[in-house]
Amino acid sequence: MAIFVKGVIFEGVDTTAPDCWHIDAYMARGGYQALKKILDNKMPQEDVIAEVKNSGLRGRGGAGFPTGLKWSFMPRSFPGDKYVVCNTDEGEPGTFKDRDILLYNPHALIEGMIIAGYAMGCKAGYNYIHGEIFEAYELFEAALDEARKAGFLGQNILGTDFSFDLFAHHGYGAYICGEETALLESLEGKKGQPRFKPPFPASFGLYGKPTTINNTESFASVPFIIRDGGQKFLEAGKPNNGGTKLFSISGHVNRPGNYEIPLGTPFATLLEMAGGMKDGKKLKAVIPGGSSAPVLPGEVMMELTMDYDSIAKAGSMLGSGAVIVMNEDVCMVKALERLAYFYHEESCGQCTPCREGTGWLYKVIHRIANGEGREGDLELLESVGNNMAGRTICALADAAVFPVRSFTKHFRHEFEHLIEHKKSLVDHKWC
Amino acid sequence: MLEIEIDGKKLTVNQGSTVMDAAHAAGTYIPHFCYHKKLSIAANCRMCLVEVEKAPKPLPACATPVTDGMKVYTASPLAKKAQAGVMEFLLINHPLDCPICDQGGECQLQDLAVGYGNSASRYQEEKRVVVGKDMGPLVSAEEMSRCIHCTRCVRFTEEIGGFQEIGMANRSEFSEIMPFLGKTVDSEISGNVIDLCPVGALTSKPFRYSTRAWELSRRKSVSPHDGLGANLIVQVKQNEVMRVLPLENEAINECWLSDRDRFAYEGLNSAERLQKPMIKFDGKWHETDWQTALEYVVKGLNGVSADHGKDAIGFLLSPHSTTEELYLAQKLARAFGVNNVDAALRRSDTRVAKQQQGALWLGSSIVELAASKSILVVGATQRSEQPLLASRLRQSVKKGSQLNVIHVADDELFTSLNAKLIVAPQQLVNALAQVLKAVVTAKAGETAIDLAAANVSAEAQAIADSLCAADSASIVLGNVAQNHPAFSELLALAQEIARLTGARFGIAAAAANTVGADVAGANPVRGAFGQNVTAGLSAAEMLAAPRKAYVLLNNEVEADSYNGQQAVAAMKQAATVIALTAYKGAGLLDYADVLLPIAPFSETAGSFINMEGKLQSFNGVVRPLGETRPAWKVLRVLGNMLSLNGFEQNSCEEVRAELLALGDIAAQLNNGQSVLAANVAAGNGELVRVGDVPLYHADPICRRADSLQQTAAAAVPQLQLNPADAERLGLQDGQAVTVAQGAAEVSLQLRTDAALAQGAARVAAAHPATVALGGLFEPIQIKRG
Repeated sequence: MAIFVKGVIFEGVDTTAPDCWHIDAYMARGGYQALKKILDNKMPQEDVIAEVKNSGLRGRGGAGFPTGLKWSFMPRSFPGDKYVVCNTDEGEPGTFKDRDILLYNPHALIEGMIIAGYAMGCKAGYNYIHGEIFEAYELFEAALDEARKAGFLGQNILGTDFSFDLFAHHGYGAYICGEETALLESLEGKKGQPRFKPPFPASFGLYGKPTTINNTESFASVPFIIRDGGQKFLEAGKPNNGGTKLFSISGHVNRPGNYEIPLGTPFATLLEMAGGMKDGKKLKAVIPGGSSAPVLPGEVMMELTMDYDSIAKAGSMLGSGAVIVMNEDVCMVKALERLAYFYHEESCGQCTPCREGTGWLYKVIHRIANGEGREGDLELLESVGNNMAGRTICALADAAVFPVRSFTKHFRHEFEHLIEHKKSLVDHKWC
Repeated sequence: MLEIEIDGKKLTVNQGSTVMDAAHAAGTYIPHFCYHKKLSIAANCRMCLVEVEKAPKPLPACATPVTDGMKVYTASPLAKKAQAGVMEFLLINHPLDCPICDQGGECQLQDLAVGYGNSASRYQEEKRVVVGKDMGPLVSAEEMSRCIHCTRCVRFTEEIGGFQEIGMANRSEFSEIMPFLGKTVDSEISGNVIDLCPVGALTSKPFRYSTRAWELSRRKSVSPHDGLGANLIVQVKQNEVMRVLPLENEAINECWLSDRDRFAYEGLNSAERLQKPMIKFDGKWHETDWQTALEYVVKGLNGVSADHGKDAIGFLLSPHSTTEELYLAQKLARAFGVNNVDAALRRSDTRVAKQQQGALWLGSSIVELAASKSILVVGATQRSEQPLLASRLRQSVKKGSQLNVIHVADDELFTSLNAKLIVAPQQLVNALAQVLKAVVTAKAGETAIDLAAANVSAEAQAIADSLCAADSASIVLGNVAQNHPAFSELLALAQEIARLTGARFGIAAAAANTVGADVAGANPVRGAFGQNVTAGLSAAEMLAAPRKAYVLLNNEVEADSYNGQQAVAAMKQAATVIALTAYKGAGLLDYADVLLPIAPFSETAGSFINMEGKLQSFNGVVRPLGETRPAWKVLRVLGNMLSLNGFEQNSCEEVRAELLALGDIAAQLNNGQSVLAANVAAGNGELVRVGDVPLYHADPICRRADSLQQTAAAAVPQLQLNPADAERLGLQDGQAVTVAQGAAEVSLQLRTDAALAQGAARVAAAHPATVALGGLFEPIQIKRG
């Protein structure tokens, strides 16, 4: 896995070295210094949160919500248990960055979670790991053992009165468990289905206690922010888009993989880092933020920089940073059919519009892709999508609708052609 | 209080109300499927989406909390579009089989589709097919393609039933509602999921395909199966009871019914129904006319009276009979000069009747009991005695009440107990005495009962602490306690604990009219409304010292007595056994010599007084079957034929009016004991039978309800023993054993169960396989094979 290291999480990590994940290697890179700094200086909790706020760190799981602000929502004087939970249920098609954090630099996450626990007064944390990355789960457990042995986890950490323990939980591969309240349900041993909000996890989370849930990459960025200061993190990116970000590039590029680059880097630069288009084919389309993000035409993407605001302005989302690159050989109807199939499979089935709508969308798109489209199908897709988006407990219905809307908007001619001529405009090849 | 405006209508609602609550208060209907006032909020059907001012998206009314100044539009273009969109999604995979669907005509989806659906579907793809599920003999889940996944059934089993027997497996449109793999739904209140299901996915198995909903007339009635007195809607077609539904009564059954209340109606249409009077002569049964049969009865009673005296006659009346029937029966007996009248058929403690000062009752209303902060239930197999009371107490625990139990087995109650004392039947009194002793100490009080033999255990202390600390507490004696030979002691101890702690105490009446029987004078010592009468023998005494003639009202003595063996022997030696019965049961055909067909509750007017002392009257819902007559009419004519005074009533209402003119029911309710029974010593270590009554063998009607008889709860009883007792006897789990009481031996299968107290041998009562045995709480012998 190619990783271009210039930034925060993978700074100095030699991913080709088999022992790069061990605690010794991590500490040699300056690991656990942030935690020591906090504990040695008895840093006030609000100062830790303020530092994270200053960094401009925005949630790396997809929604991009400011992490420091989220931490400040946790009730300060709550009398009982509070929890910090890491969402490593990385199931978004195209995303594979959190897996590599667990495989190559798990202690950054562990340290980040300990600091989060300190800042929010939590006694315990959980890392919910996606069901299909078992190797990463096992390695993370081993890293947890190292951290416990080194005295960074458990009772009276580094001889202070701060105690915190951290546990890994292995999921079963349901995409919906990446939704934070479904994740909590699953963590509690129930069926993973999103909860109706309010109440939000900050007041009623895991086991009904105040809980903060962050993405793996968000937590893993925290040690840098505390050690080197929020300002330095912010400066690594651009205003309102602080820090570096991991991008998982897949599709028709020469060197797919994870790239940690400053937010605000032009897409063209990122594409170049990934070795450019495979076989010199023409760039046709890019999904810039994981399968739920609206697709953008290649020529639009080439003008954009990789940060939350720039991508949003163009009508898509930076999301989790999964960049799916498609070349001229891709039939966009086929591509959408594959995405629609995914949401059809992964809807949790609880809300009517999503349970029924994802299936309906898929079936219609499947028909079109197989040359059985009918006049009015595109209007039907739009109407069904409108009845789904914003009508459900969680955002999965919206996520299923975004690709449909954007594919049929930017590449409408391909759909129309297929419906009219029962044959694709493109001689489709996946690779 | 919060101000809200719904469709321009302003109102104030309580803090914490949802938009749905507010709409209810405003009288505005918001369409919904998953929402149910008694269940948790799921917000998954999305049918109740409404427009809320300043909210960017339509919000579900059921789950959206009201904020001050909120403006809600339930029928704005945005709300209507959202609702219509959801309706379309609900219908795309719903089969268009309304013409053959049982729910047709009473289907929420069908109704709302008229208001919110389109006349034609835009969905042209293949519809989903879901394979049917087996949920057991009561609930049909054959047509699960109709399911709209509202999860009401799932939430019901978990939240009201206490155990999630139904779940939603799989994801997406492949989601399926199903029981555990290979399991049926065995809850004693499972039938409620049929009412909850808004479509025809879960339907009533016994009722299925028998008629259309709109062909049925709805008539009010009251359940005759347990002391709760659940309110019923009996649905009738062509003079036949087709099904039973709950009539909502928040104070009694809320909106639920137990499966016994719901499905026992099948027994009303049983082939065993007696349709003509029958007389036995020359050892054979002959159908006859009423005149001949009644003359035979009169001759029999007069004959025994002349030959052996009035004391040789005994009246054994079922507490499942109506108040009017019981009143007339005891009036007839006493006017004829017979003092041996009793309706406490399964009671073994003959002292109780002599000591009671009124009608034994719950000691409070059901609602008050459920609201008690500390509740102690003594000797009750709660889930089979009054299933809905057990469910109600489960809700109490959820709301913060402490539930304490003293019982012979640690039965699964699907709730958390504050403390429990599980002891053998012969230790029950001692266990309750321990609690009293702890209470006496805690309250620095005194009691006249000698508690020297009671050593306070930690559990007893915890129970006492709970009762003393609560600002409202209740002690309830269940069926096991009421049938126990030391019922007097248990009552006395409960009375003393209640006196010292300020708790209420009482009994959870087993039968529909246990309280009514006491009020109506179906009691050997007390007449109607406590009128002075010459004391006679109790049921147990009438059977222990056999009479020459018995009059049985609605009573199959082998199943409905404390000691079936003794009861049948008493019947067999009698010169005449006159049975007023709705059924020609095998036992009656064996030992009776005249059978008079009387109407069950569905075919006569009457009233029951439930456990909380509430008189509930009802009318017959169908005409009496064949030549069946309401029992009050039969008794009235018998009174005339015996030339007795006071039998001129022309209607059931006249009988009731005559009885109620005697006094005020509330004034009759009294659990006080004139003498405090005293022996609290623990019993010895011999095995004592626990003869509790199985769920579906409680009364003659449910014993004949075919579907109930196919449930797991109606299976042939096993001998249940604590594993330690089984080991001591050298017996293995699952092996065949012979149990013996008196002259009778019965072969049963042994099941070891650690929930059972050591020294207790549970052999259920009232089942054909065990009726040959003796006393329900008497020593029992166990042999191999």
